[in-house]
Amino acid sequence: EIMRLVVVLAVLMGVSGIPDVTISPPTASADTSAHPNSIPETGAEEDVMATGELNPNHYPARRAAQVVQHYLNTRYGSPFRLIGVQTVHSGNAEDVADSGRKYQLELSVNDIITNTTQTCSAELFFPKGKGQQPPEVKALYQKYKTNQTLMSSDFAQQLRSDISTLSNSKLPSDSHGHIEPDMKPFWHLGILASSFIMLNESTENTLYNVAQVANITQLTTEEDHLEFDCHTLLHEMVSQEIIHWKMLFTWSPAEGVKVVQMKRLPHRHEREKSPKTN
Amino acid sequence: MLDCVGMSFVLLLSAVGAATVERAQYDYYKYHPMSEITSWMEQMVKDHPDVVTVVKYGKTYESRDISLLKIGLNTGKEKKAIWMDCGIHAREWIAPAFCQYFVREILQTYKTDAKMEEMMKNVDFYVTPVLNIDGYIYTWENKTTRLWRKNRSPGPEDCSCYGTDLNRNFDANWGTVGVSFDCCSNTYPGTKPASEPEAKAVTDFVGSQKDIFLCFLTIHSYGQLILVPYGHPNYTAPNYNELMMVGKGAAEAIWKVHGMNYTVGASPDVLYANSGSSRDWARMQGIPLTFTFELRDNGTYSFELPEDQIQPTCEEAYSGALHIITYAHDKTFSGAVANAAVTLWSILLAAGVTGATLM
Repeated sequence: EIMRLVVVLAVLMGVSGIPDVTISPPTASADTSAHPNSIPETGAEEDVMATGELNPNHYPARRAAQVVQHYLNTRYGSPFRLIGVQTVHSGNAEDVADSGRKYQLELSVNDIITNTTQTCSAELFFPKGKGQQPPEVKALYQKYKTNQTLMSSDFAQQLRSDISTLSNSKLPSDSHGHIEPDMKPFWHLGILASSFIMLNESTENTLYNVAQVANITQLTTEEDHLEFDCHTLLHEMVSQEIIHWKMLFTWSPAEGVKVVQMKRLPHRHEREKSPKTN
Repeated sequence: MLDCVGMSFVLLLSAVGAATVERAQYDYYKYHPMSEITSWMEQMVKDHPDVVTVVKYGKTYESRDISLLKIGLNTGKEKKAIWMDCGIHAREWIAPAFCQYFVREILQTYKTDAKMEEMMKNVDFYVTPVLNIDGYIYTWENKTTRLWRKNRSPGPEDCSCYGTDLNRNFDANWGTVGVSFDCCSNTYPGTKPASEPEAKAVTDFVGSQKDIFLCFLTIHSYGQLILVPYGHPNYTAPNYNELMMVGKGAAEAIWKVHGMNYTVGASPDVLYANSGSSRDWARMQGIPLTFTFELRDNGTYSFELPEDQIQPTCEEAYSGALHIITYAHDKTFSGAVANAAVTLWSILLAAGVTGATLM
């Protein structure tokens, strides 16, 4: 009896012990799309694009939402209003004949400065075809009454009367993410101008954010609007690259930000192996 | 003359005083250069000699020691392990800040928290505050280097750029997806799997004792994500459901701290496909619970997260990591023990009943 009990006990102990840790993944079909020397455009792997109802947590909906964010900032952003995506609630994607892909999104966006949220319905169209064509976006944003209007016009007035020495300010002003409070409106302007570029450059295979407003300078102008020159560094998440852009843009409280000239800069730094310093 | 002596004495005293005060007040809510992190590691050993040791397990390309802190109570028994590494990518400064915070936190809580004390008895924590040391130091050089990602090895001879992406260099579906073979690219995976000394240090150290590891956490920024293996879209981890359940539990724990949303999923679903990551390699070794944490923020400041966000980020990430660690621990320790105990008692009771009847 005792022996049998011991055996039963031993078996039960074994069963309740450390769970199996399966090691190798299912032996796969050798992945045919992987050629060691190719530079995989993410598009190649994603030939079958998500269609129909989208999972709001998955990247197709999240990337499209980011494009909506850039669009909203170009239209509604100001030195005192910066918009961010908060949550994607639902989405839908479909092919449009041979011309491109259409998205429909329901999301919540956030005024980053006042931390107020609102829902937003958006429609996007990513055109197919040669070369980089910017996506088309339709989305509305409710400009609730905040004191941002007053602050914007005060700020504009301040800049018109005194072309402050903005040259060579790096924003955030140090590598630790610190920005002086009175520099924040300039940082926001840099982000807004960058939003034009981020919007233009976006595809279903990119996710852009501003990594750094490297430099922003106010220029003298006879016009009513204010004029700026800036150099920003964009982070493209999918490739993980940092892309430098120079922009000439105007801003007025009435007209918002308008990018007049933009130029992508080559990143010479990376291409030079120099003697290492220790 | 006496005045001079007196002054020197006062200066000496205040210097000693300052040194003592400084030592007691390492600022976990500021970013620290590598030299300060190295001193801090030594100080942790001095302050907790019975629980903390430094283990050097490799050298970077520029010949710096790669070290971790091994933290646990000495029981003389064979122990299991938890792995955490920070700073595989040089520009992700919030990650090393979190590793330091994590160490401080477990060392503070185990003396008063019974659960942490239990875990410290059963498990050793292996924490590498900065894995890509050369890269991290490079990002501190000047403002133009701040956004460097890769290590600082020179790459192939015909290459005009430095660096390999360490998180594409591990032997896990190496070189298949999410990489670029342009050696100037930020996702350049190296010349072959584990070609980079920093990656090789991890694979040698963990690989030689993989059976002791219950859990492998690798800390990055930004994006507010908890990623589960695998990065390759054609592969699913055998315990995917468990990983998702535990990951979601961690995200919920994070949300409870400061209301921040972290999305949980496999990388090809929620972010992008990739290969050669440390997390995938660890899972393929059989370590059951492997996760990548992408900390704050969502893109507003991206890599240059302001110092006033270090504390809340670390607090929430600690909560999330602890959820996973506790699960991993309990699965092996309390869980099995409890099950076995219940089993044993029910058998003994049954035996007692039948025995009585038989006799």
